[in-house]
Amino acid sequence: MRGIVSFAVYLPYRRLDRSQIAPFVGQGGGKGTRTVASYDEDSTTMAVEAGRLALRGQPGRDRVTPNQLLFGTTFPAYADKTNATAVHSALRLPADALALDLGASVRSAVGGLLLALEGGPSAGPTLVVSADIRTGLPGSGEEASGGDGAAALVVGDDASGTPVIAEFLGRASVTDEFIERWRVPGEVRTKTWDEKFSEISLVPLGVRAWNRALEAAGLTASDVSAAAVSAPVARVAKSMGGKLDGVHVIDDLSATVGNPGAAQPALLLAALLEQAEPGQVVALVVLADGADVLLFRATDALGSYRPARTIAEQVAASGALPYGKFLGWRGMLQVEPPRRPEPGRISAVVASRNEDWKFGFVGSQEPDTGAIHMPPARVSRDGLHTDEMTPVGMADATGTVVTYTIDRMAYSPSPPVVFAVVDFDGGGRLPLELTDLDAGEAAIGQRVEMTFRKLFVADGIVNYFWKGRLVRNG
Amino acid sequence: MGSHGIKDRVAIVGMGCTNFVEAWGKGLDDMVIEAANSAYASAGVEKDAVDAYWLGTANGGMSGITLARPLQLQNKPVTRVENYCATGSEALRQASYAVASGAYDIAMAIGVEKTKDGGFQGLNAVPPPHDGTGRTLTAAAMFSMVAPAYAAKYGVDYDKMREAMAHVAWKNHYNGARNSRAQFRREVSIEQIVNSPKLAGDLGVFDCAGVADGSAAAIVVRAEDAHKYTDTPLLIKALSFVAGNGSGVTSPDYDYTNFPEIAATAKDAYAQAGITDPRRELALAEVHDCFTITELVLMEDLGFSERGAAWRDELDGVYDLDGDLPVNPDGGLKSFGHPVGASGLRMMFEAWLQLRGEAPPERQIEAAKPGGDRSLALTHNLGGYPGEMVSFVSILSR
Repeated sequence: MRGIVSFAVYLPYRRLDRSQIAPFVGQGGGKGTRTVASYDEDSTTMAVEAGRLALRGQPGRDRVTPNQLLFGTTFPAYADKTNATAVHSALRLPADALALDLGASVRSAVGGLLLALEGGPSAGPTLVVSADIRTGLPGSGEEASGGDGAAALVVGDDASGTPVIAEFLGRASVTDEFIERWRVPGEVRTKTWDEKFSEISLVPLGVRAWNRALEAAGLTASDVSAAAVSAPVARVAKSMGGKLDGVHVIDDLSATVGNPGAAQPALLLAALLEQAEPGQVVALVVLADGADVLLFRATDALGSYRPARTIAEQVAASGALPYGKFLGWRGMLQVEPPRRPEPGRISAVVASRNEDWKFGFVGSQEPDTGAIHMPPARVSRDGLHTDEMTPVGMADATGTVVTYTIDRMAYSPSPPVVFAVVDFDGGGRLPLELTDLDAGEAAIGQRVEMTFRKLFVADGIVNYFWKGRLVRNG
Repeated sequence: MGSHGIKDRVAIVGMGCTNFVEAWGKGLDDMVIEAANSAYASAGVEKDAVDAYWLGTANGGMSGITLARPLQLQNKPVTRVENYCATGSEALRQASYAVASGAYDIAMAIGVEKTKDGGFQGLNAVPPPHDGTGRTLTAAAMFSMVAPAYAAKYGVDYDKMREAMAHVAWKNHYNGARNSRAQFRREVSIEQIVNSPKLAGDLGVFDCAGVADGSAAAIVVRAEDAHKYTDTPLLIKALSFVAGNGSGVTSPDYDYTNFPEIAATAKDAYAQAGITDPRRELALAEVHDCFTITELVLMEDLGFSERGAAWRDELDGVYDLDGDLPVNPDGGLKSFGHPVGASGLRMMFEAWLQLRGEAPPERQIEAAKPGGDRSLALTHNLGGYPGEMVSFVSILSR
């Protein structure tokens, strides 16, 4: 049996209240909120966060080590260079594991899931992760309805330590060529044709795929307990939902999260699985340049499965972002930077040499004293021992703020910098930049966890490293 | 194995110091020519009589040619040194050892920095190629973490703490207002200091040293030759330097309430000089007041105040110009700004003036003058951050 072994969603901390848009721009906006990736996040960092949660073990379940990583986004950090390699590195996957980017469309993200599900046992455990940042001009529908986030699905074969929680029953796909939405690579504005045209083009394809998928799985609509519909616009999703033979369609999170593009299919599958009972059949319907319908049956193992962080927890753990700041983060509003030198590009050579530290957050530990060095060192703190330390992964360690400061002069893409000296629970100290908090929230004694972020970009090179964030849930 | 020092073997026989200002119209070459010429004149030597040079500059240029070219030195050994903000002190240390070794008869230590040509706030250095994982905090932010930690450890009411820090700035500006070479020559009220806009943590503009251009120079000879040049040389009693191993940044043992590197250099320097009670033996101390909290805490590391007592001593006026031990009588970094390569030598220049009785009457320390009760001055220079610091201490004597 092959299917979903584990899943996780990552929603960034910040929320834009859509009602802030119209008073500022004169148009656009709406009700509810959307998720906003922080200025220090991109599709790669969010993929890492979702991947970390999906791979995390839990009582009675082993940590999965995938031998394949498939990464889908419409908003990649790099072209020419593979983005999945940074995810692979940050997740400390084996060097022999394959890591690939999927093309920059929603369809490809679903395609990655299909490839993983239908790869057969020889494919082994596969981490399918999708992440997206949805852009758009101020006042546009895309800006208001979009969302940012990531979702990760571990696909594999049933095994004792890592049982399948949702068995893959079958699927159908339909492909068609029409210009529904488009974006020139490198631009931030997605253009769309006409919502009515989207509806009449996509919905019939979805109906066709729905019927064929049921047929392939030997099921009827009455066997399906719930469906989720991923579609480029709400109008299409609503219309499609009405053509699923009365099957219950779950909420698509548009009121709180928005539509996170390439991450929406996996986000909604995660939502389906969070709500499903063992034995129930669920359907994921995706409309994007065609249609894909995937059917799963929740196994008994789902009953004891607990997502590392539920969608509801992450929807609740959020902080408001003023619209002006949102525009600044998106580059739509250029804000005067601090009068400090902008950082230069990092050295590819040094970064490569220090990959375990930079991407994996791996320190070193002295064997006799237990002292932890971050960054890793070769010589013990007393200077007496060389090359006796062992690597120690610190990415999942939590710690406590010993002291902190707010730096109003340091360069940052979004000043001021909140900086804290953090002592980790198992030992080790590091002065860290904190993120996802307001300057006034910092305090001595706060609990901190690590998060993979984009520190700055120089000469097009993204400088990825780890920051701290307050433990707000889980 | 041992740190023996060069007590009484080397003397300073001439010094020069430019005004520390935002010298928009002067380049690095202009500043070193001015400081060097003042030092030659002070010692009464011709340029060619100086056998070797140590140039301290953090970002002013690479190699000794940075000095040899503007001064047009003829086949002289010139060494450029850099040791963070202790760069100027390091130049003096190297020149002194060279003379003590017998390798040269006369050497010059000169420091210079042009900080205002870059167009950015604060001090900025170009890092070597790196992996992008290092801290990018300002020095102000790093030092700002000391004040709350100190107040918590010693149970100091934060208003008192704030007042003591403000007193440091008030005192140094009071002294700087009496120094024609200082960048800022205005007294500043406690209220202005406390209410100044915050730059990092609780450190406001007036808690931070300024940024200026400047240069200072010293000519050193073997002690037995000193009286060929002047009747009032300064003898070098001690030179101590420590480069920390950075463990305070990553070790949970460090609590941000003291600077171990400074305590280590003070202990070494006092041993070299034979000082047992610095607070009563020293006539003055010139210390690295990059931030008000820094000066406060290093009063303890230098052994002037008991641990946890510096804030009270500061408020009691112990370190005021007319106090028991005047600290930064020239105005310190607060009034001078901090041209990195020059600051250490600028501190020594104040010792030069004070111990020879040449400071202007409005800031001359009576005890320091020839014939006064106390004949020793301390200069202290640090570079880096809490937990990861270089520290230098010298003891000079008339």
